[in-house]
This record gives sequence, C-alpha cells and structure tokens, in this order.
Amino acid sequence: MPLTELERGRVLEIVRRHGSEPTRLLQILREMQEEFRHVPGEAMEIAAAELGVPRPQVQGVAEFYSFLSLLPQGRFHLLISDSISDQMLGSRELAAYLAEKLGVEPGATRADGRVSLGFTSCTGLCDQGPAGLVNGLWLSRLDCQRIDLIADAIERELPLAEWPGEWFAVEDNIRQPGLLLTGPIEPGSALKLAVENGFDAVFTEIDRSGLRGRGGAGFQTSWKWKFCFEGPEELAICPVDKREKIERYVVCNADEGEPGTFKDRVLLNRYAHQVFEGMTLCAGIVGASQGFLYLRGEYLSLRPRLEAVLAERRSQNLLGVNILGQAGFDFDIEIHLGAGAYICGEESALIESLEGKRGVPRNRPPYPVTHGYLGRPTVVNNVETFTAAAAITLKGGEWFASHGTEKSKGSKILSICGDCARPGIYEYDFGVSIAQILDDCGAENTLGVQVGGPSGTFISEREFSRRLAFEDLASGGSFMIFDQSRDILQIVRNFTHFFAHESCGFCTPCRVGTSLLRNELDKICSGHGTAGDLVELGNLGRFIKSASHCGLGQTAANPVLNTLERYPEVYQARLKSIGFEPGFDLDGALETARRLTGRDDAMAHLEQEES
Amino acid sequence: MTTNPTITIDGKTVPFREGETLMEAATRAGIYIPHLCHNPEFTPHGSCKLCTVQVNGRNCRACTFPADVGQTVLNDTQELNDTRRTITQMLFVEGNHFCPSCEKSGNCDLQGAAYFLNMLDGHFPYFYPSRQMDASHPDVLLDRDRCIFCELCVRASREVDGKNVFGIAGRGIGNRLVVNSSSGLLKDSELDAGDKATQVCPVGAIIVKHHGFEVPIGERIYDGKPIDEVSLAKEMAMGEGENG
Amino acid sequence: MAKKIKVATTSLAGCFGCHMSFLDIDERILQLAEVAEFDRSPLTDIKHCGDIVDIGLVEGGLCNAENVHTLREFRKHCRTLVAVGACAINGGLPAMRNHIALEECLAEAYLQGVGVDNPHIPNDPELPLLLDRVHPIHEVVKVDYFLPGCPPSADVFWKFLTDLVSGREPSLSYELVHYD
Repeated sequence: MPLTELERGRVLEIVRRHGSEPTRLLQILREMQEEFRHVPGEAMEIAAAELGVPRPQVQGVAEFYSFLSLLPQGRFHLLISDSISDQMLGSRELAAYLAEKLGVEPGATRADGRVSLGFTSCTGLCDQGPAGLVNGLWLSRLDCQRIDLIADAIERELPLAEWPGEWFAVEDNIRQPGLLLTGPIEPGSALKLAVENGFDAVFTEIDRSGLRGRGGAGFQTSWKWKFCFEGPEELAICPVDKREKIERYVVCNADEGEPGTFKDRVLLNRYAHQVFEGMTLCAGIVGASQGFLYLRGEYLSLRPRLEAVLAERRSQNLLGVNILGQAGFDFDIEIHLGAGAYICGEESALIESLEGKRGVPRNRPPYPVTHGYLGRPTVVNNVETFTAAAAITLKGGEWFASHGTEKSKGSKILSICGDCARPGIYEYDFGVSIAQILDDCGAENTLGVQVGGPSGTFISEREFSRRLAFEDLASGGSFMIFDQSRDILQIVRNFTHFFAHESCGFCTPCRVGTSLLRNELDKICSGHGTAGDLVELGNLGRFIKSASHCGLGQTAANPVLNTLERYPEVYQARLKSIGFEPGFDLDGALETARRLTGRDDAMAHLEQEES
Repeated sequence: MTTNPTITIDGKTVPFREGETLMEAATRAGIYIPHLCHNPEFTPHGSCKLCTVQVNGRNCRACTFPADVGQTVLNDTQELNDTRRTITQMLFVEGNHFCPSCEKSGNCDLQGAAYFLNMLDGHFPYFYPSRQMDASHPDVLLDRDRCIFCELCVRASREVDGKNVFGIAGRGIGNRLVVNSSSGLLKDSELDAGDKATQVCPVGAIIVKHHGFEVPIGERIYDGKPIDEVSLAKEMAMGEGENG
Repeated sequence: MAKKIKVATTSLAGCFGCHMSFLDIDERILQLAEVAEFDRSPLTDIKHCGDIVDIGLVEGGLCNAENVHTLREFRKHCRTLVAVGACAINGGLPAMRNHIALEECLAEAYLQGVGVDNPHIPNDPELPLLLDRVHPIHEVVKVDYFLPGCPPSADVFWKFLTDLVSGREPSLSYELVHYD
C-alpha cells in the first residue's frame, strides 16, 4: 500500500530530525519501525534519497536487524525471550498459551493488525523470567495469569502507558556486592580529581590497576587507551601535539547480547553516572570529544533514565564544553540503539552499526583502536570496564590491583541465572572457585555451568574447583547453572540454534557452517543420528571454529565441542545402531504426492530406516 | 644498500613492498593462493575465506592480511587445502549450482577452484534454497541460485561504475543479493550490459544475455588449464601493468 | 585364475547418459571383462543382484519412492557403492524442480499445462510417488566414492575401476574432474 502524503511527510521529518546523517540510518529505521510498525519500501526509498545512500544499503540494514521488519507488525508486538534460562522457566509453553489466547501464530501478525507475536534472543532478564518485550519494552516474570491480563489489555487496545507498572518492573537483584558494587562513586568526583591531578596521573593509575577489558577478551585497558591516543602508525611521524588534533572516539559497548548476561543492565540502571564518568575520563586521556553508548535494542526501557543522567551531567558541566572549567576538555555522549543483532557486540561490527550499517565485523588489521568509527582511533570498552576505570581513578590503581589474581586484577561482576535459589548479580574478586559461587547462589545438584555464555565454556561437575580468571575460566559475565534434571542436548541445541540465527552471513564458514551444524545436531537430538553423524558433528564444529572470520563463528561450535568432549555418552545414547539414516523425513516427503493422488497403499509410504 | 623485506611462503623466500597484502606479494612471486571473492581490481573483501593461510601458526586471510617481516606463511598444505575444499563444498550446497545447465560452466571460478581442490562431491546435505531469478533486464540475467556473496558486483558497481546497482540484504544464511530499484528488478536499475558489474561475477549469477555457450566444451578456460595457472597469468599481468 | 570382481550398476533419476559414457570405454571393456563380471545392470538386464557384489555404480538421484527402494536394496548388495554423475551426487538437472512446489509441478504437467486434455494427476498404484524434492543419494545411503561429471567420461570410469581392481586408492587427476 502506498504511503499517504502525510506519511511521506512523517518519513522525511524523521530523517531530517537526524540531520539527514547516514550514520543515523539505523536510528532512523528504528523510528520508522515504531511509527509504521514496519519499514515500508517507500520509506526506505525516501530515506535513501535524503541521506544520499544507495537504496540497497538501506534495505540491507533494514533486513539485517531482527527488530526491523519489512512487513507490518501488530500495534502490540510481543516478543518472548527464547534464551535457555527463559525456556527452563517455561517460556515456550507460555508463548504457546499466549498464541492460542490471542489467536496468532509466532512469527505472524493477526489479520486485524492489532497484535503480532514472535521469539527473540535473550532479553537480559534471565533472573526474572520468563521474560519478553512488548513494543520493545521489558515484560518480566510472565506467567499464565499475567498472560491472561496482557491478552485482555491488548484486546481492549489499552495503551501501554496505562498498563500496570508492575508488568514492566525489573529488579536489580544485587545479591553480593564486591569491589565495585558496594556503592557508586559520587558523580563528578573522579573527574574533579583528574582535572586537579592531570590525565597523565589518571592514566598511571589505570595502568597500575592492571584493569583488563570486561567484555570477555580481556585486553589490557591502559594499552588500548594508549594505542588510541597514539593513533595509526601513519601518524607516528607527526609530533604528538599535532596528533591531538585528530578526532577520536570513545564507545561504551552496552550491546550485552551474550545469553545469560545482564550485569550491564544493572550497572546502567544503578551506576549510569559512573559509567559515563569512566567514558569521560577515557576521553580526557585519549583526546576524544565524542562518545557513544551503544545500547542494545532489548534495553530500550533504560533509555529515558540514561538520557536523564546525561542531561544531569551536562547541567553539572560533567559533559559538554570546557568540562569542569578545563579549557579544551570537550566531550559529550550520544546514545545509539541497536536493533536485535548479537553480532554487534563484536567491537568492529558495533562500529559498523554505529555508522548506520549492517553489523558485519571488519577485517583486521587495521584494528578499531587506530581505525575505528569513521576510520578514526576509537576506544570500545565494556560498561563494566568504564565503571571500574572511574572507581580506580578515585581510589587508585593499587586498591584495585591488590584484589584478584596475578593476571586478572580486581573483581568480576557475574550475572547468575538458571537452577539456583538466588539468581542475580554477584561480584567476586578474580580467582574465586566455581564451587564457591555455586554455594553462594544456592545451587544444588548441579550438572554443569555454562561460564561466559554460549560462546564460553560448559564445565561439568568434575571441574567446579576451577577458577574464574583470565588464566582459567574467562567470562564476560554470563553464568548459567543447570541441575541434574536438565537435558544437556536440549541446552546445546538452544545455543546452536542461537548462533545460526545470529550469524551475520559475511563469511562462508560461519554463514553456511552454523546452519549445517544446527541441522546435524537436530538430526542427532531427534534420534535419527548414526555414528557417522557424530563424527560429522565434531568435524564440522572444529572446522567452523578454525575457519570463521570473527568471534561469533570461532565460538559458535563451543557448546557442541565442549559437551562432545565431556559427555560423549549423552550423544552416543541418542544414536541409532544402524549404519545410516537420512537427514530428512522420507515418508513426509511423499505426503504431497499422496494427497494429490489420493493414494495410501503400501508403495505410497517409505520407512525412515532401512528394514 | 637496503634489501627488500621478505617473508617465506611454504619455505620459499618472497619479497614484499610496504603495505602489500600476503596475496599481492604471493601473486607477484608467482605463488597461487586459492581465492574467490578477491580480485586485485577491487578493495579486498575477505569473506569467502578460501585464501586462508597460516601465518606463524595462525589462520589468516591472505587477501586482507598485510605482509610483514618475519612471517612464515604456509599455503599449499594438506590441511589448508582440506579447509578450502570444505569451504568450496559449503558454497556448492548453500546455493543451487547445476553446472551442466549453467552458461558459465567451464569458465566459472567456483568450479575452477573446486577442480583445483579435487572436490568430488558436496559432502553436506544440500539446502536447495528458493531464490528469486531476475530475467527482467533485456541484456543481463541475474540468477541468484548461483550467487556466492563475494560482493564483487557490489564493489564493481560502486567503485568503477559509480552506480551502486547491487547490495546485500538479509542476514546469515538468509543473505541475498538485492538490486537498486523501487521494483527490486534489474530492468528498473541503471545497470548496462557493458558495466564492470556484469563482468566480474566469478560464478554464473550475473550473465550477459545473448552470449551463452559460445565456446565449445573442451576449449573453455578451465577445460584445459587449472585455475592456479589461469589466475596467476591474469593477475601477474595486472600487477605488472600497474607497476609499469 | 584369480576370482573375478563383481560389478553392478543401476540407474535412478538420471538419463542413462552415465551408462552410455561407461560404454564409451569401447574395446577396453574386453580387458575389464577379464577381471570383472557384471551382475545386476541395465547392460546385462539382470534385475536384482544375485549376491553381494564388490562394486556398485549408481547413476541418478532420488526423485520418487521407487528410487529409494532400489537404492537401498542396491546398497545392501554392494561392498563399495559409487555415486556416478551429477544427478547421483547433487540431484543434477532433475533437482532443478526443487524450488518449485511439487503441487505446482504436477498441476503444470497434468492439469493446466498447454495441450493437456483429460486433466488429472495420474494415481495408478503402479506408478511410483514423487518425493517433494529430488535428493542426491548420499543423503539416503552411505556412499563410498563419487565420480563427478555429466556424464563422467569413459576415462573416469576406466581410471576409477582399474585403480580399484588393482587395489589402489582411486584418484582422479585434474583433467578427469569436471561437473558437466
């Protein structure tokens, strides 16, 4: 249906409100989605013309992100989290109940256009699931009773603003504070100290603290900041004072997409000042004047609060020009929303997304730290890293470095979910044993723990003496507990489906391999695998790991490989003793022909296994 | 006198120039590294992963990775060629590649690479995807069944033709080649048969019409010569032209 | 004299072109006959394998239920099973129907197509039912070797069989590998 004159005007208005800047494309498309419940083809064309971007590029972005749709969604768009922790709390059954109640299939929009339903990757409410999103906003602790009420509100077309607040309520659940979570620093206190003592002194403290990136990879934070300041090699011939003129960027990676991770959600909710303060300190050190908070689309509910904190900081001259009276210390932060793409947690994909493009990881070298946003030196750090940096500035590097282990200084904030009595946020000094953590959160009869999310490591009960540290088990913060009642293969299937869904499709091994891996695993899990299939599964997993372009592909087979190594017998038990079985439903493949010919004789059927 | 910096590839000493990629250095030295999405005329892309080599023990993409002093590169090894064959098999099962019915057969780089790697079968279950064919343009056919997402047409249209006729939409295994026009059809785009974008497709996804099956079987590019010879002859000559 | 090796061949959803190409080994077939004897094959008109054979060559992919039965029976009787030609390896030209729904294919052929009179979809129980999609044979049985080509040339057959008969691991040189 063509857009009306009024609607075309609305489209133009959205584009122009973003200054007709191509880097704002994803933000523009998000707003169109909100306005029209989809991204109309005509709107893409208007945007392309107005932004001076080729149409295929606009379409490429619109089709890349899960939260954008080319077909109209309902006025109430419901997404149910499909994370394993939500599934364990019954999310699949609830979704089926909801679908029946509303008369709409998952993935579809009801004929009257009122409601649509779907599944989505982890929404970051793993400690208070089953969870979901309605028009992008969190719904926590869903149950049948709540679903009844929600369905009723939808049928009455009750505006979201009039839905009871408790439906949207999200708890911080900080169960065990440590080094950082004992309380936020006084807003501006670290910056004041920095302005007094100079940024060189701040850098020295950060360096002394031994702080490493908290996203999981663990790159030394001070080095990253130093490399950003020094800029690309081709500038090495410039005198340092000239180099300071180059635009640099500070980006906070709040695309907390690793299933089971929700500690950044809590930090952004309760420690937002401190996060922004950390970013501002970094800006002072590297010489950046523009910062971005890349907030995952699933965390839309946090935006108003974050905007308010930014406004407050501007009013207190903690952001803006001549910050705290220091001439030339200019820095501001913009919030940039994602739109449902796990890959954007990868720093170069995140930068592409910030530039308004598809979240496709870049080739390296060059590295983002020297050639990042718009090709300029860019620091990308995790929310927790900036939080720690602000505290270190105030309390000193020694304070931080005196905690943790030799190679992992300080503390780590964990998001714990799954089978335990007290899911939530726990902060530990690095070096803590898995057994200690399990004990603290009240986990019993534990079968295994997924440390670091699906891309991390699945450890069995024989390994609970292992320690949380870069030297042993690294984690971006996800800590999912499974007790003896859980089916390991069901967990692995969930993760493997997740990666196939989230693969960006850039490189062959991941694009094709993750789908092949998913299909092969499904075949085995559904009881149709043979010994040959198991060999194939392992080979395929190792291939994807070694041949893929970025961290997504390189870790996508971890769930399969980890569990094949630890629980071969679980896989063996699902295998057929026969030599070979087809990977597709043979008799089902005759169904159409049977229907069209009206036949049902013996020759109109096929056995799945050779008799 | 300063000596040129060098790397070694499979034990052979190979000189390189500042800023060169492994692929460029190798090609100039007459060493073939299998590749599909790479074409020296365009910005390297690094997506097909066929040019995976081992640099000091780590897997890297030769088309994008800069050559540097002290690199020991492995290229023609059993392990790497196995990896490359698997990648090629994945490309075959992902799309709908029916060589006997394809005009590009015999001149197709995917096929040429597969022959070179002694690929005898697709190994994996075939996806048989349903993809839209676009025969609307009077002079150019777009058969998406054969697309391998190398983005050479995207780059050629952008970098040489200045038209941006092509782009990639979708995500993951759902990726698809899209066309710059409101209808989404080639006939409504700015594409001309003479555009660079119609000449760079390594497979039979973009075919200039009215020229099918002109060269008899037995005389096509890869009927006689393997892709390493063909590729080196072409790309070494291009390199010399550049450095005149 | 050493015991002859037994060879069988069969054709599924293919065009018999592979069999024709096999016969193009011409007079070399006499050499082959000295070391091999043919069991089930369209060439001998033997309909079922008498016993276990050493090498089974399969031309064609799987487009209907009968193909599946034939292939399975054949596999059971062959020590070494060889997928011969594009159709057996990737479905080949018959698989080009795979992106068209079977219902549409049959409607076009038997209901709405040009020149159709007495429109109806044949339903005689003697006729094998079509599968939704055409599949290569390695998706339904274990395959030991693949001989690509449409068809593989006579030299491919010759090289492969002589390798196998003399106990060498079969290998095809560059000139012998092609997909059309």
